[in-house]
This record gives sequence, C-alpha cells and structure tokens, in this order.
Amino acid sequence: MSIYINKDTKVVVQGITGNEGSFHARACLEYGTSIVAGVTPGKGGQKMDAVPVFNTVKQAVEATGADISLIFVPPPFGADAIMEAADSGVNLIVTITEGLPVFDMVKVKNFLATKKCRLIGPNCPGIITPEESKVGIMPGWIHKKGNIGVISRSGTLTYEVVDQLTKLGMGQSTCIGIGGDPVNGTNFIDVLEAFQNDDETSAVVMVGEIGGSAEEEAAVYIKKNLTKPVVGFIAGLTAPPGRRMGHAGAIISGSSGTGAAKIKAFKENGIHVCENLGLIGQTCKDVFS
Amino acid sequence: MKIHEYQAKELFRQYSVPVPEGKAVFSVEEAKEAAQNLDGFPVVVKAQIHAGGRGKGGGVKLASSMEEVETLANEILGMTLVTRQTGPEGRVVKKLLIEAGQKIEKELYLSLLVDRATASIVIMASRDGGMDIEQVAEKTPERIVKVHVDPLMGIQGYQLRQVGFGLELPAAAMKQFSQLLSNLYKFFAAKDCSLAEINPLILTADDQVLALDAKVDFDSNALYRHKELMELRDLDEEDLMEVEASKYNLNYINLDGNVGNIVNGAGLAMATMDIIKNAGAAPANFMDVGGGASSEQVENAFRIILADDKVKAVLINIFGGILRCDNFARGVVDAAKKTGINIPVVVRMEGTNVEEGKKILDDANLGLASAVDLIDAAEQIAASVN
Repeated sequence: MSIYINKDTKVVVQGITGNEGSFHARACLEYGTSIVAGVTPGKGGQKMDAVPVFNTVKQAVEATGADISLIFVPPPFGADAIMEAADSGVNLIVTITEGLPVFDMVKVKNFLATKKCRLIGPNCPGIITPEESKVGIMPGWIHKKGNIGVISRSGTLTYEVVDQLTKLGMGQSTCIGIGGDPVNGTNFIDVLEAFQNDDETSAVVMVGEIGGSAEEEAAVYIKKNLTKPVVGFIAGLTAPPGRRMGHAGAIISGSSGTGAAKIKAFKENGIHVCENLGLIGQTCKDVFS
Repeated sequence: MKIHEYQAKELFRQYSVPVPEGKAVFSVEEAKEAAQNLDGFPVVVKAQIHAGGRGKGGGVKLASSMEEVETLANEILGMTLVTRQTGPEGRVVKKLLIEAGQKIEKELYLSLLVDRATASIVIMASRDGGMDIEQVAEKTPERIVKVHVDPLMGIQGYQLRQVGFGLELPAAAMKQFSQLLSNLYKFFAAKDCSLAEINPLILTADDQVLALDAKVDFDSNALYRHKELMELRDLDEEDLMEVEASKYNLNYINLDGNVGNIVNGAGLAMATMDIIKNAGAAPANFMDVGGGASSEQVENAFRIILADDKVKAVLINIFGGILRCDNFARGVVDAAKKTGINIPVVVRMEGTNVEEGKKILDDANLGLASAVDLIDAAEQIAASVN
C-alpha cells in the first residue's frame, strides 16, 4: 500500500498542451506514471505525444477511466479547472498552479464540500509514491521506495528532506506537498490520518512553515491519534512579522503563525523536532531506528 | 497589496460605506484649501503612510483653526513618523488626509478577513474600538463578536443582526449599521480584499455610524482582475530593492543581517535564513528565485543582492528540480562577469544536473567556495562574516 496513489493510478492532465503541462506530463510518463488523457479546451482530438487530448475532463474520464486529475492551468482558470475535475468523477485532484486568488479557493473549498473527491494543493509540488507513480513536478530520481511518509507545505524544501532521507538509506512510502497557500485542499491532518492507516508507512516526517495554525492543530491530532513516530521541522523562524515569505500563506499576522509557537506545539505533543535543516535526515535516522 | 487610508475611504464612498468628509493633500497650501472646504472646525490632520499606530506616533492631530491646520500640516508633512509598525527607522510622511472632525459618542471595531482554517469570510466586531484587537481578543474574548460568512451564499440578514446587536448599538443606529456592514461585505468580495478593517468605527452623538479609519489589504494574486486597484500602489511606501526585485518576479524581502542569500523555493529559502542564523550569522534578505527560475532571473537576483552595501557574504543554496543546476550556474556566472564579485560567496547545489552545474562554476574560475552540504555551507558563511 501507500496513500492516495499507486501503480494502478490513471491520470488525466488538465492543461497538457501548455509549456508546463507538457513538460511535466512527459516527466511523469518517464517516471512510469500512467497518464491516460490530457485536457485542453478546443484541442480535443489532438495528441500530446501518445496521450489523447480531450475538450472536457468529463469526456476524458468517460473515455479513459482516469481517476486522478493533475492541473497545470494558469491561475485565472484554476478554480474553474478544479470544479470541472470535481464534477467529472475523479477522486483525487492535484493542483500545481501557483497564484490562485484566495477568494476563488474559498469558494472552491465550499464547493468541494459537496463532492466526494480530494484536492491536493494548489501551489504544491504534488504527490509521489516512489517507484510506482508520480503525480507532480518533483524530481522523481531523488526518491526511493520505503516506509517513511513525508508531508510538507513546500516544494524544494521537501526535495531537500527526501534527498537526505534517501542518501541515508531511508525510503519513502508516499510524499505529499499540500501547498503554500492560505486556503488549500488536503491538510496535514488528512494526510496524517491516511499515513496512520497505511501498513507500509512506519514513520512520518512533517515539514511546516510559518503562517496559520495548521501545524498546531496537526500536533494535537498526532498526540491523540498517531502511534507512529513523527519528526517535525518548521521553516521561517527568522522571518519578520507581517511579510509574505514567498508562499501566499507564509505570513505571521500579529502574534499568530510564528515558528516559535509551532515548535512549541510540536514539542508539547511528542513530535521530535529538528531545528536545523542540515540535520533532518540524521534526526530521522536516530528517531526512527 | 496595501493602500493608504485616504484611498480606502475613497473606495468605501463608492460602496456607500459612510466616512467623514475629507481630502488627500500633498502640500501645506492644499491642506489649507481642503480645510477651507470643510464645514468648520475641528479638522483632523492625518499622516498617510502604510503603517498602523500613526496616532500614537504623533501623525494624527486635531486643528481648531486655520492657523493650526497650517502649523500641523507643516509639522507633519516631511516628518519621519515612527510607529510600532514602521520599525525604528520610521517612514517619511508625503501625504496628508484633511478630514472633518466628528462628535464621537462611542468607538467600535469592525473588520472582515479571510479565515484560512474555515475557508470563509469572518466578521470581527467589538465594542472596544480604537484598541489593538489582538489584545481585546486575548484579554476579553467575550467582548468580540465573530460571524463566519459562507462565500457562496454571501452575507445574510441574521448575520448583520448578530453583529449589530452584538455591538449593543442603539435601535436608531441599527438600520444604518446593517447597511454599512452589508456594503462593506460587497466591497470586500468584489475587490478581493484580504482585510478590511475599521478601527474605530464610530457612533456619533446623533446615532450615525461611520468609518473614522480605514485599513484595506488586497490579495495580490487577484490583482490581475482589478486593474483599477493597481493604480493605488504607492512605490514610495516600498523598499527600493524590493520594487526592483518584483520587476523580475523574484520574491525578495530586505532584512537587517549581512549574509545575502539566493535560494530556489520559498520554504527552502526560509529554512536557509534559519540555517544562517543557527550558524551564528544573520540573513540580509529573503530571496526566492522560484522553483523554476530562468538563468536571467538568477542573474538579476545575484545582481540585486551584490548591490546591497550591507551584504558581506552570499550563500547560494539551490536544490535543482525544475530549475536545473547547470542553468542556475550559468546565471551566476553571467551575473558575476557583469557585476564582479568582491565578497565571499559560498555555493551549495544539489539535485538535477548538479555535476554539470559545479563544473560550470569551477571552469568560470570566479573564486566561489563550494560546500558539500548545508551544515558545511552555513559554517563557511558564518566564518566569512564573523
């Protein structure tokens, strides 16, 4: 097992004929992901390499049985693309697009509450179950199959963590970037619950950052519900208040969302905190062995 | 994106959210003229900068005559206003808002913001206006009224009543307040605000409610659909280097330390700042060139950092994913050739095409130090500035 995706996953890529969409669709195919369809309105009937392109997600799903959508459309069309995917019957939507207006995401999130599908992102690197399926933009080759679940709000920071794990011989069950936006789909708690229920995951690394209170809520959840060990890291301890640190969601507002508060919550709830990114692989090795 | 109080009030007027009569001015002459056009005295002279705490800092004063308007305008225009939000260096005042004074019966608090946790718009209101709302929330949470609005449904009548009665408004003011809040919500949703705060919202002696102050922040991601708002951006209120970086879509924030750093990805960039601090030095900036930066962006990032006088050393930390290390290295070499490097630079690269990247940097012979891992990078950089 693994969580959310595996070797049988069938993916439709929305925005497959764009620069980013085609580049990453090819990289996913190379990794072994089964990409069965693409969608670009007005380009139905064409092909991206060997992948058939459809005008609507619904047509793509009906023709190919795709169960996951991977979205690369530009921000003004992001909310529409997510809602289209949700209405087409896929059960997982992975949105890479960065820069969606918050109000759009607020509406989308309320819309999704009436649907039976899961959203990962937006503004995220996606999800990978090493050596089975990659639905995202992460460099596949740094990952290795194993038993550590990785959850993070960021992209390259996650690659750094994964790279250290792999180099120290610790493989991963599934790695998920939930995205750096203030309002997103799947949150830390959803993923923690899935990792707890996954037989192949024996330990979890959770990478958070300043802004909001998702890490604090996850920490309380971990203490109550997780029997598996968790190593935690928080980025942005030196970030000044009131400034958006690259990610739309990475901002300390007044006294809320500070790194110090998150680390405190981690420690109080039995999470093994690593405060130096250079040592996160080693910390995991020490804690998990 | 932040805007000035006078701009926020102009938008409020467009949406029929009542505000005092007033005008923004740039000179003492204009200030007198604006005061002349108001209906008598007192007149309020308010410094316009993008920071809160202006009153306590001496940037908001009451004038009871034309002579006083002139004196105060003279005094405040051009002054360096230091408030709890400007930092010790303060901000030079270049604009004033000249406004009609009000007979205040009661000061209240009202704000709308996007609530991340519930994915809704939250209305916060309190009878304790004029105070820091965070302090009110901490000390007397029972005095705060909080109402969540479903963005798909919009604000409902019962929610307007919940807030109005929660504020214990007199019956005579209730209808007008409901109208105000309903209009404020319309404005908030129509313009993609991330915050609209009125502190204080006042109740006058004749039971009128109006926004005595106005603070509005827009969601930068939504500005593409509000071209009219882009015109409200005031570059005077922004850091020059940050403005320059924004031209190249670089996420850059100027900080106090002396170790410049260039990183791809926001999370990794924050973690890199933390590593610099951990090693006993201090970051001079946050610089995220993005997960998929072009070599041109890298070149500009490097140029901007090197132009910063306080920077005594630079740490480059790249994890190549979409951004390949060889492309990144080319950007660094181009920038170095154009600007010249005369301070220590430590490079730590990992990920896609890392060997090619290292070779490009080595071959260019720029005197850059390379680090084997993050710990090594941080130690080297700290040693070079301490």
